[in-house]
Amino acid sequence: MKIFDNANYNFLKWRWYAIAASLVVILAGVGVLVTKGLPLGIDFSGGAAFIIQGAGEGDIRRALDAIPGDKVIQQYDDPSKGQILVRLPGAETGSTLETQAQAIEKALTAAGLKTTIINRELVSAVIGADLQKRGIYATLASILAITIYIAVRFRPSFAIGAIAATLHDVFVTLAFLMFFGYDLSLNVVAALLTITGYSVNDTIVIFDRVRENLRSMRRQPLEEVVNLSVNQTLSRTIITAGTTFLSVLSLYLFGGEALRGFAFTMLVGIVSGTYSTIFIASAIAIILSQGRRRSGAAVEPAPNAQDKGRKPRRAKAS
Amino acid sequence: MMKNVRLRLSLTVLVIGLAVWAFYPPSQKINLGLDLKGGVHLVLRVQTDDALRSETAITAERVRDTLTRNAVSFTKLDVTGPDEFRIEGVTDDAALRDATADAESTFNRDSRGGVHTFKIKPNIANQLRDEAVTQALQTIERRVNELGVAEPIVARYSGRDQILVQLPGVSDVQRAKQVIRATAQLQFRLVDNPTPFPTREEALRAFNNVLPTDVEILPGRLEGSGTAGTAGTVYYAVKKTSVVTGSELRSAQQGLDQFNRPAVMFTLKQDAAQRFGNFTQSNIGKPLGVILDNRVMSVATIQDRITDNGQINGISREEMQDLVITLKSGALPASLTYEEERTVGPSLGAESIRAGVIASLGGLAMVVLFMLVYYKLTGLNAVISIVVNLVILLGFMAYLGATMTLPGIAGFILTIGMGVDSNVLIFERIKEELRTAKGARAAVNAGFDRVWWTIVDTHVSSLIAAAFLFQFGTGPIRGFATTLTIGLISNVFTAVFVSRTVFELVLSRRRQLQTISI
Repeated sequence: MKIFDNANYNFLKWRWYAIAASLVVILAGVGVLVTKGLPLGIDFSGGAAFIIQGAGEGDIRRALDAIPGDKVIQQYDDPSKGQILVRLPGAETGSTLETQAQAIEKALTAAGLKTTIINRELVSAVIGADLQKRGIYATLASILAITIYIAVRFRPSFAIGAIAATLHDVFVTLAFLMFFGYDLSLNVVAALLTITGYSVNDTIVIFDRVRENLRSMRRQPLEEVVNLSVNQTLSRTIITAGTTFLSVLSLYLFGGEALRGFAFTMLVGIVSGTYSTIFIASAIAIILSQGRRRSGAAVEPAPNAQDKGRKPRRAKAS
Repeated sequence: MMKNVRLRLSLTVLVIGLAVWAFYPPSQKINLGLDLKGGVHLVLRVQTDDALRSETAITAERVRDTLTRNAVSFTKLDVTGPDEFRIEGVTDDAALRDATADAESTFNRDSRGGVHTFKIKPNIANQLRDEAVTQALQTIERRVNELGVAEPIVARYSGRDQILVQLPGVSDVQRAKQVIRATAQLQFRLVDNPTPFPTREEALRAFNNVLPTDVEILPGRLEGSGTAGTAGTVYYAVKKTSVVTGSELRSAQQGLDQFNRPAVMFTLKQDAAQRFGNFTQSNIGKPLGVILDNRVMSVATIQDRITDNGQINGISREEMQDLVITLKSGALPASLTYEEERTVGPSLGAESIRAGVIASLGGLAMVVLFMLVYYKLTGLNAVISIVVNLVILLGFMAYLGATMTLPGIAGFILTIGMGVDSNVLIFERIKEELRTAKGARAAVNAGFDRVWWTIVDTHVSSLIAAAFLFQFGTGPIRGFATTLTIGLISNVFTAVFVSRTVFELVLSRRRQLQTISI
């Protein structure tokens, strides 16, 4: 069985459209970000969250009516489980949170509800800010370290291509998280970090093939070699994306509410990662390599002298 | 050739055997994280200012004593901040310098306009703060052990003044939190009024609204009523200085008072007992208060010289138990606040495990089905490699004592999906090579050889991401990073070594095979 038998698509021809399409999604994400703000979960903003079992949403809402603050009261997980999530906004200090938590418990008992709190999370703003800092640092540091690795193993322009693709995936995924109203939680950031690894994985497979092909195709322009490599690895790209997508889909469907944000982030990241591998990474690597190749700068492997006279920009790939 | 295959095969079987041995039975060998087992994760902040405050207060009092003893006149001596006190209206500067020479080893003096400001030296302040955190850590450790929690974690957390406490399987979180946080500052002070006042205002009125400098008003509880601070609270005017403190206790244990009510019996250390004896002897007939964390627990008239024994009564049975724990473990050098709390009920944890197992099996089934349909018989090879990978992953987790968390289960599922990538890479390459008609063996060899460096590169880049993930996260996320890392490493073994062994096993039987089911 073969999905792409002798695949031969001119992916690079569409590179400007692809870049434009991605920019549209990312800008739309930025638009949501500007109007609504970054939807930080309590892990990062600080606050309190309770999962309460034993009473309906309406009863709990009435019981907690007198408690001040922007409460969020909603169904958690599958309605048949009868679990209600109550969230309170962040407080500066831990002791304020503690008081808030006690107020909630008192109010529930005062209303005569026989509820149990099966999950309780209190995060002070101090911890939240600390986690924010560490999340941003970890994401950037991980991207930087991967860039250095690729620059050493391949060439700098490839590293920039891979990293552009990775950043693209992070931003597109963030945009989708905002479109669908997911909060940024620790788990979501963990998924984003996984996506950086996954996205680079995909890109490396193509770059490895480019490097291999460059040895046997010294006379062809880089653009042609890259396009051929993308086509040669296309089956693998799609199949791997497919199996990973399937397993994460299972996580999304059966893994429970606690991992839903994580699974959603991964699902979007996998699709975006596959797209960026095919359309973005190599396109940027080529755009960055072109100037150097034309000027005859030594790139590994050294281009043939005859290459100089050719016009690489519009070379036909098929 | 055949011998080589046998060797590879036995190595594979050996690794699988070791892995199974390591994790079987999983319910005992695999560590579950708090989010799966239920329990509480706490981050506390040590209010290190408290440590400075008490150092400042003690030094200020000592200076006051010296000044009075040396008959140096001054108009005012006040503590003006957590790390600073001031002396005003001193006429004899040389005498002042003499009296404060001691204090100046830890405080910087700044004298201008007749006001002498003493501020703790920055390095001393840092040292005090650090000591406070270390001491708090040790105290909490002792208390948690006294609570009888299995496998607790007490450790310094990011930030200089934070402490992480994880208590698996604890259901009474409120009590655990109270025991951990109780500062347990036990003091014995003389009480000015043996009959308590109903309100703070009335207590003040008894002094015409001007308290003597050595007296303060503290809440206490009416005999036979509830906890201090709620209904039944009364107020006492007590002296500020304590004869002995909780750190001078030799032991504390549960007991009963003369009315058969729960009480905490304690004994004092030798030199404290000496001091306490002298003090009680010279104050016979006066009321003495037992004060815990600035609450008056009980007041009794000193009947006789008391040396090393005492009791705290008027408490409930549970309070008695907790008090013994906190007194035994020593006082906290500074108060604590809770900055983060995550409590997972055991039922939610069990539910997460069930959901995680279903999701893993679902993911595995879908991927297996896909591989078998797409790669036919060779797909079976990939399936073997996935399953072996999962077995090794479990084995390693058990061997390393790594913790399985909810995101860790996600890492498992990702290992299923992403782990196939190496197989796919190799199989696709074999397919390509088969088209060049060099025969099945050559195609398989070329497939594995050509893809090797690609696999190294992809795994290294993923490992880099996993390393930062580990460094970023706390408990649950670390569990994820751990499964991801182990999964990636064992994947290289299964997808390259095990899978190739399977290929060779098949090929060694039919040497001239031109193609394979792929």
